Amino acid sequence: MSSDLAFALRGVGTAVAGNFRLRDVTFELPTGYVMGLIGANGAGKTTTIRCLLGMRRIDAGEIELLGHRVPGPVELRQDVGVVLDHTCLVGDWRLTEVERTLRPFYDRWDAAGYRRLLGEFGLDPRARVKDLSRGMAMKLMIAVALSHQARLLVFDEPSSGLDPVTRDELVGIIGDFLVDEGHSVLFSTHITSDLDRIGDYVTLLHEGRIVRTGTKDEILDAYRIVRAGPDDLRGLVGVQLIGARRTPAGSQALVRTEEAALLGGDVLVEAPTLEEIAVHVGARAPRREPDPGVEGDPARHASSLSTGGAS
Amino acid sequence: MRVVLSNSAGVPLYQQIKEQLGTAILTGELAEGSALPSVRALARDLRISIITTTRAYAELAAEGFIATVPGKGAYVLPLDSALVREQLLRQIEDGLQAALTAARQAGIRRDELIGILDGLIQAEQHDAVR
Repeated sequence: MSSDLAFALRGVGTAVAGNFRLRDVTFELPTGYVMGLIGANGAGKTTTIRCLLGMRRIDAGEIELLGHRVPGPVELRQDVGVVLDHTCLVGDWRLTEVERTLRPFYDRWDAAGYRRLLGEFGLDPRARVKDLSRGMAMKLMIAVALSHQARLLVFDEPSSGLDPVTRDELVGIIGDFLVDEGHSVLFSTHITSDLDRIGDYVTLLHEGRIVRTGTKDEILDAYRIVRAGPDDLRGLVGVQLIGARRTPAGSQALVRTEEAALLGGDVLVEAPTLEEIAVHVGARAPRREPDPGVEGDPARHASSLSTGGAS
Repeated sequence: MRVVLSNSAGVPLYQQIKEQLGTAILTGELAEGSALPSVRALARDLRISIITTTRAYAELAAEGFIATVPGKGAYVLPLDSALVREQLLRQIEDGLQAALTAARQAGIRRDELIGILDGLIQAEQHDAVR
């Protein structure tokens, strides 16, 4: 077990409802950084987070969390702050009662810190949980996590349903938290603009598999976006078009950077944004079973020399 | 200390930080021994990733502008005269190159250009004497 990792998943698999499952999910986050877990709805982000937190059994692989093998000792929960997309606190509780109820579960509960954070976040201690807006409920959960002095914050879709002002506040809160180099953050999202600036690491998930994981710059450097006329992206040899989109006016696809040189001169090749990568990787393959290990919609041509998914 | 980052400059964020801090140090705006915020505090304040800020500081340290103290922050090193000279030479070349480009567009020849430079040098010396 390596102590310089906030967490690591190695070859994790778990069967979920229907025929959906996580397969061979492997990625890790060094301590002290923020990672975004990107994928469309249904890609397996929440399932991955539940596995990491020991909330779901895995039937393959292993998970390391803050130096322990999951599930690990009960005390491990003190070090992890979890902010889900819904609050699991009782609606009738006032925020003071939230503290009174949760405090006994934590050895390092910081009561003064909790009151200070409520003030900073603009939360009235006498308010009831059920009356909080979505953004306020999220800030309450963050206040709880910070008050029990978690070292790893895990957010599941924190920015969905939040207005731009609150999302910006969240970015500030994450920045404050990370000033301590022993602190790390994982958040799943489908809103990539929050990650464009503050993300250190990015993991792309699609249909239960890791497409790619690495530093944000590595991910951005790994792909190019190609825009071309309607028939320019046909019959290409050795280039896999990821999430190709064709209209009578033109076509667009994502390609691996090393394959972009094979495209010829008539197409526009540009550096992608995280959003474009997420859109193309997450594009559903129309009317066909997804090929195992292939990113997004593979080229429709037999000539496409796919080398398979994560590389 | 002042760092203003552009999202549309086409220059990577780490490069912008490095250039702005480097310029501030060369011009003396950030004096020898001045404390810089830690990598993590700067990342928080600029709302950018820690990796980006780390890279900017690492390159400034490698070029002898700053020294970083693990877990604390960084401070400005005394200016290395050779380094300063090199930076200034680069500035001179850039400025003269811009002048050459403008001269070509205006159809100004070598003699005339040198005449302008001489005139500027004399004007500056004249100002200095007064």
